[in-house]
Amino acid sequence: MLFNEPSPLETRVLTRRFGLPNSASIDTYLATEGYQAFLKAAKMTPEEIIAEVKASNLRGRGGAGFPTGMKWGFVPRNSPKPKYIVVNGDESEPGTCKDRVLIENDPHQLIEGVLIAGLSVDAHAGYIYIRGEYRYLIEVMEKALAEAYEKGWLGKNIQGTGFDFDLYAHTGAGAYECGEESALLESLEGKRGIPRIRPPFPAVAGAFQCPTILNNVETFCAVPAILRDGGAAFAALGIPKSGGTKMTCLTGHINKPGVYELRLGFPVKQMIEEVGGGIRNGKKLKAFIPGGSSCPVLTAAELEGATMDYDSMASRKTMLGSGGVIIMDEDTCMVKAAVRIMRFYAHESCGWCIPCREGTTWLKKILTRFHDGQGTRTDINLIGDIAKNMLGRTFCPLGDAAAMPTISIVEKFRHEFEDHLNGKPCPYEHSGSMVTV
Amino acid sequence: MAALINLTIDGRAVRVPPQTLVIDAAKTVGIEIPAFCYYEGLSLAAACRMCLVEVEKMPKLQTACTLPVAEGMVVRTGTPTVAQARKSMLELLLTNRYGAGESRYSEEKVHTPEKQFSPVVFFDAPRCILCFRCVRVCNEGLGVGALGVVNRGVVSEIAPNAGDHLECDECGACIDICPVGALTSGTYRYQTRPWEMTHTGTICTHCGDGCKTTLGTRNDQIIRGNNRDRSGINGEFLCIKGRYAFDFYDHPERLQSPLLRVNGKLEEVSWATALAAVAQKFTRTLADGGGFGVIGSNHTTNEENFYLQKFAREVLKTNHIDHHRTGDIVTLLDALSGKTSKLATVSDLYERKAILVLGADLALEHPMLSYQIRANYRHHQAHVYVVTAQAVREDKYAVASVRGRDYESLHDKLKAEPELVILFDDTYQGDDLRKLVDFAESLAIPVKFICLLDYANSRGALDMGLTPELLPGYVPSGQPGMHAAEMIAASLDVLWVVGANPLRPNLSRDREGAVPRKAGFLVVQDMFLTETARQADVVLPAASAYEKNGTVTNTSGEVQRLTRAIHTMGAKPDLEIMGFLAREMGAASALGPWIPETVFAEIRRTVRGYEIPMPVMATGGAVQTAPVNGRIPVEHRPALVQSDHNGLFASGTLGRYSKVLNSVLENPLSR
Repeated sequence: MLFNEPSPLETRVLTRRFGLPNSASIDTYLATEGYQAFLKAAKMTPEEIIAEVKASNLRGRGGAGFPTGMKWGFVPRNSPKPKYIVVNGDESEPGTCKDRVLIENDPHQLIEGVLIAGLSVDAHAGYIYIRGEYRYLIEVMEKALAEAYEKGWLGKNIQGTGFDFDLYAHTGAGAYECGEESALLESLEGKRGIPRIRPPFPAVAGAFQCPTILNNVETFCAVPAILRDGGAAFAALGIPKSGGTKMTCLTGHINKPGVYELRLGFPVKQMIEEVGGGIRNGKKLKAFIPGGSSCPVLTAAELEGATMDYDSMASRKTMLGSGGVIIMDEDTCMVKAAVRIMRFYAHESCGWCIPCREGTTWLKKILTRFHDGQGTRTDINLIGDIAKNMLGRTFCPLGDAAAMPTISIVEKFRHEFEDHLNGKPCPYEHSGSMVTV
Repeated sequence: MAALINLTIDGRAVRVPPQTLVIDAAKTVGIEIPAFCYYEGLSLAAACRMCLVEVEKMPKLQTACTLPVAEGMVVRTGTPTVAQARKSMLELLLTNRYGAGESRYSEEKVHTPEKQFSPVVFFDAPRCILCFRCVRVCNEGLGVGALGVVNRGVVSEIAPNAGDHLECDECGACIDICPVGALTSGTYRYQTRPWEMTHTGTICTHCGDGCKTTLGTRNDQIIRGNNRDRSGINGEFLCIKGRYAFDFYDHPERLQSPLLRVNGKLEEVSWATALAAVAQKFTRTLADGGGFGVIGSNHTTNEENFYLQKFAREVLKTNHIDHHRTGDIVTLLDALSGKTSKLATVSDLYERKAILVLGADLALEHPMLSYQIRANYRHHQAHVYVVTAQAVREDKYAVASVRGRDYESLHDKLKAEPELVILFDDTYQGDDLRKLVDFAESLAIPVKFICLLDYANSRGALDMGLTPELLPGYVPSGQPGMHAAEMIAASLDVLWVVGANPLRPNLSRDREGAVPRKAGFLVVQDMFLTETARQADVVLPAASAYEKNGTVTNTSGEVQRLTRAIHTMGAKPDLEIMGFLAREMGAASALGPWIPETVFAEIRRTVRGYEIPMPVMATGGAVQTAPVNGRIPVEHRPALVQSDHNGLFASGTLGRYSKVLNSVLENPLSR
């Protein structure tokens, strides 16, 4: 299933098979250059594969944006331990819905990307960790895996290359925290999904304490194109330091919400107006979240000249993140937005460390009360203060993910909080109470 | 040893070994970094975030509990940023816990009612700061894994993995390690304040491991057992017996008055009457040339055992003296003579590179030794080998587990080890044991042995010569005497039983039934009216180990001091009872004063292996005895050596009278 009609402004690399009949089947895949990149890579040395990935300027698409080739290079290939490839398909960041379409519409592209990663570090087994709520994708993935085994693209001596690889689909149990790589590994190993102390990083001690490549679904999906067309060609699609395309999820108050594959460096304004068909009901933009709800929000003014890439967003003190764009129009109550975001994080905090466990719920309670008209003037500073006390002090990035949007909303939309105190509850939108669920 | 690392903490130069954590490095120069969840020896949690410190060149605050030192590192622990971070952590922590009179938190608190996890473990969630120490100590320290976490986020809660109750050893380590009193002891909670008690460090009187337990007492009542000072050979370990099972001492059936059989019935009499009756009978039987039998105990002190055998041999002129032997230490000592193998101490189990467990289910029968071996594996990756009839807890991390007795199949692997400690139970005795010692010698590596024995002073009873064939120090007596079973079967004129229950049907767990007595006159010194005491002519109420001074020797031959913690009205230490009897009989001068210290001085003078340094003993330490250096020419009789194989919740007579042990018995044991 696809969310939207493709846009002519898209650069379709990862999504090139989307819309083809039976795009998820191995026959369609093989008929459209499928698995050719793997065969090419099988003739290359691991160093050459990693060099090609480095040349592509591919950066982790899960949100952190760490250079992929460098990450693969950290894996000690000579380690006597087995190596693993783990796919992070625990896509849970609010506003993000790209991995599901990649898996649903072209699962073999993911399998091929994993196989190439396996070649690069001499790994012979991998796991695709799929978000618990994406249960239907398990069937899609398992069907694709069965096809690949049947046609000899997985298993022993793949296509006579002498390379063995086994790949398993594994489902999470519904925890956002398991999108954090070390918590994902804990969950994969059958333990409670709490993050690990890092270092050591997964490249050295990952799944079952063995060297592991762990990347986002979209990252692996970009790999076949990089090997097929060359790293330089992929890099050239984007801008320097941000190679290739990015699956961008347009959500919120926009006319044509959906998942679009845009080259990195795509102008934000053009993305909203032309790709997304403009803001709903001709309204004006109030706030913009570039990459999932954990990114600090930007105001319309801050978006002047912004482009969708890592550096442009970093220069505006936010992040490209996972590409989950959330558009909020002028009718949005930013206090309510803050409540909604914090409700999510309070629900998803794993409970391991004090600041995240206690801070998210405290913030949720204050924000909910505030939005319901029971706020006080001291609450505004308190909200910012609690969020700052969490920032940078939690065990894993979840606490930061909760703190950053909150701090940015309080700082940039403080007047809306004050309006709540001065006027009626929620002057912007009478949507009733947001009593916690 | 690798070169030391130089770093600076709060402007002070620190030199520590590589891999030291900043939190520990700071301690070496007297800087304490506060932490709730950090606990030395357990996995790192970094959950409480209290130990955040500033480190130069690192943008964020770092947790000192997870940060290894690095050359040239500059750490600051007291800057305004650090202080603010700490304060904010505490503020966040207190939002949903008890406490904080003044707070910026004005929302409703998460509250759940108190729960009982087991007969001895209670949990009060609003106190819990979720440091996960309990979960970690249960998982890692004990290998039990009875505790876990349910829910997530702010409603995360510590909970038994079995659902509503703990399926565990009931050791109470989770309570001891809890920094906030969220986990509390079912027997101690709300009884007293710690500072209202007197704390007496003494040795647990249940199994042969010899753990130190610190008894908290008030008004001659023991209120708590724990090991907060960790000064014993058990370190931080205590099992349910050491922590809770002191409670037999005030069981309603505890004897507090001497009993004399009058017209076929036992009646309460005064000490003077009872002692006179026994002394007269002893004196008359001596004069008539009658036969005496003496059965001693493996719970009583070395001093008492020494005094008893001296009493028997010198005053009663008999060599019919014995006790219940639970392991074949005699053959081991004999077999080791002239060999390179030695006896191991408890600390060897934590320090040596390889351990071989033969026969015993250590986690149930010798929980402290099991804990030490596990800690050795956790901290030093020791190689553990198991040869047992059934699956045991050590299997989980053992290099090799063999079911049965075929330890010889491990020969090649063991030979490749740099050193080895072998523990064996009573199923290895006589020729089997000699074969085992030869096997150890054939490995050509340093080997040390622990002969597993059941009770608090099983080893001391043998060392002190409570056997017909051996005098103190394993000197052959040279005269044949009756063994315990023979004494019970024989029609002796007098049978004197001190702290033992030989008329209990062998290894029977039910309280009913008893072996009928044959002796003409039966004197029993005990705490309870046991199967034996019920048939006695005179019963003399004895003090427990917690009510007397003295020394005991554990299964690895380490001598430790008992210190009296309480008095129980009516009961007297066995040594005192024996002394009074000697005085009544006019034999006191021959036996010497019945003062534990004086008797111990005589033991040090006369018993081989007990020439141990007093300062260590006096300060509550443990000293291993080196009892023999030469052959022990006595015949081994297998029927005499039999372990009771008491599990975690059983401990012979004492265990039967412990409320706590009985209360947890229905809980199935987990491995």
